[in-house]
Amino acid sequence: MSELTLTVMRLGFLAVLWLFVIVAVQVIRSDLFGTRVTQRGSRRNADARPQQTRQTTAPPQQRQQASGGRQRRGAPTKLVVSEGTLTGTTVALQGQTITLGRAHDSTIVLDDDYASSRHARIYPDRDGQWIVEDLGSTNGTYLDRTRLTTPTPIPLGAPIRIGKTVIELRK
Amino acid sequence: MSVVTNTTTIGAIEAPSRRNTELALLAFAVVIPVFAYLNVGLALNGEVPAGLLGYGLGLGLLAGVAHLVVRKFAMYADPLLLPLATLLNGLGLVMIWRLDQSPRLIQRAKTLFGGFSPDAPKQLLYSAIGIALFVGVLILIKDHRILQRYTYISMAVSLVLLIMPVFFPAVNGAKIWISLGPFTIQPGEFAKIIIAIFFSGYLMVKRDALALASRRFMGLYLPRGRDLGPILVVWVMSILILVFETDLGTSLLFFGLFVIMLYVATERTSWIVFGLLMSAVGAVGVATFEPHVQQRVEFWLNPFAEKTWEQSEQIGQALMSFGSGGTLGTGLGQGDSDLIGFAANSDFILSTFGEELGLAGMMAFLMIYGLIVERGVRTALAARDPFGKLLAIGLSGALAIQVFVVAGGVMGLIPLTGMTMPFVAYGGSSVIANWALVGILIRISDTARRPAPAPAPSPDAEMTQVVRP
Repeated sequence: MSELTLTVMRLGFLAVLWLFVIVAVQVIRSDLFGTRVTQRGSRRNADARPQQTRQTTAPPQQRQQASGGRQRRGAPTKLVVSEGTLTGTTVALQGQTITLGRAHDSTIVLDDDYASSRHARIYPDRDGQWIVEDLGSTNGTYLDRTRLTTPTPIPLGAPIRIGKTVIELRK
Repeated sequence: MSVVTNTTTIGAIEAPSRRNTELALLAFAVVIPVFAYLNVGLALNGEVPAGLLGYGLGLGLLAGVAHLVVRKFAMYADPLLLPLATLLNGLGLVMIWRLDQSPRLIQRAKTLFGGFSPDAPKQLLYSAIGIALFVGVLILIKDHRILQRYTYISMAVSLVLLIMPVFFPAVNGAKIWISLGPFTIQPGEFAKIIIAIFFSGYLMVKRDALALASRRFMGLYLPRGRDLGPILVVWVMSILILVFETDLGTSLLFFGLFVIMLYVATERTSWIVFGLLMSAVGAVGVATFEPHVQQRVEFWLNPFAEKTWEQSEQIGQALMSFGSGGTLGTGLGQGDSDLIGFAANSDFILSTFGEELGLAGMMAFLMIYGLIVERGVRTALAARDPFGKLLAIGLSGALAIQVFVVAGGVMGLIPLTGMTMPFVAYGGSSVIANWALVGILIRISDTARRPAPAPAPSPDAEMTQVVRP
């Protein structure tokens, strides 16, 4: 066997051995993250996001359009619980759907005897307007004084009443 | 979807079984030793070795059987444990075969024992028995918590296993063997698994008493006198092993294992402090009057002393072989580690790897052991029952201590002790016991990673009160 072949084999073997170790570590890595984060955004949003990062110096008007109106001026940024056992709780509004109810997997778990386990949800529509929808609750969801029957846009600062809990959207 | 939402969904991945990942890694783990075998053959004889096909098929068959059994009986087991163990076993086989080809060792065997028989086929047989035991463990132990029933039985069994070698003649200065007819067995290898079962069963019951009933003194939580009992018993036992069986490695393994498991069970740092103090006292005490241990320390400090070169030659040669390996090694089959002579393919097999694969290969090697231990600890973290947690920690801790003791001894970091490198070294008891150990770890990891049963329907679903107008 020529010296060269043996040298190549020697280095090749070390490389293969280390490759195995690296592959094994990759398997551990994929194993570590038990949860998967998926963006179920609109195509428009998916396209818009890179654009938005590129056009950081673009005028605000254009940027608003690019982000699908999600960051409109005057849009609420947080949801605040103003009455009930959870008074003071805030949830940042980042385009996610917020579920309210006594079920343990709700975004806001209501500790309220008059709330249903899946009571209502709050989500942004196509234009970034936040909508509240009653999910067939026992005692109903009230926006100001009216009981909701259809998904309704939420004005800034309007109280949404669920059982003894009142929440509102704020800037 | 007509309603365009910008929802980020965070959901648990549907508990993947990862069996296909395991299969792919396993194939990789079989190919590497075949490559090594080819490399050794080309380097030694300049031709493709005749046994290449048979060897590759043999290893592949063993790995395949193990994989199928895991697929059937431990669906959700950790995907890494089996490939890592297979790779180590395969590389060990290649190295033993490589040392079988060494003219020096053949000559030595002929002059000393009047004949030479290659060890590699025997090791392949032991590996097959080991895999059979692995399969047996997976089939018979459906749930690791069954082992909990045998807590005190395992204490008795491990005591018997540890004490038995005293009644058999010493082999090469250490009484760690028992002979049953044509077979010699190293009971310590099996005892380490059984004693881990005892420790986990015992500590699971007693850990609250050990952790909470304590007084604070100088920033340490001192346990009550009566809770100190068990650690004292284990300490005395390991000292007795050291004195009567002159087996430093086993005694270190048992005491270290107990301290690790005590620490994990109670979260008290004081146990580590106690353990280190007690082992220091024990080691110094025994070393002052036990000549065998004294000698080992002497060889460790001065391996190249002219006066004792006859006896410390092994250690000196092992150090030289690590040195001549350098960073990238001399290449498989091209080293001179066979100068070590006695036990070149068992206790000292690591120095052959060190010489022929160099520092780079050695690091990869230790990394593979580290990954096995990591998977064990990870299994312990994921396990849902305290017994399984402690057992997984105990087994991986035992493996870690053993690797440390052997590698440290061969590399001259600590005095050399007569222990074998798990999976790699030649020796039936070691290979068989370690396959059983991996089998139990796979069983625990299967239970730990199995998706939890669906939660019971929420009790408050029906309880919403109706507002009466």
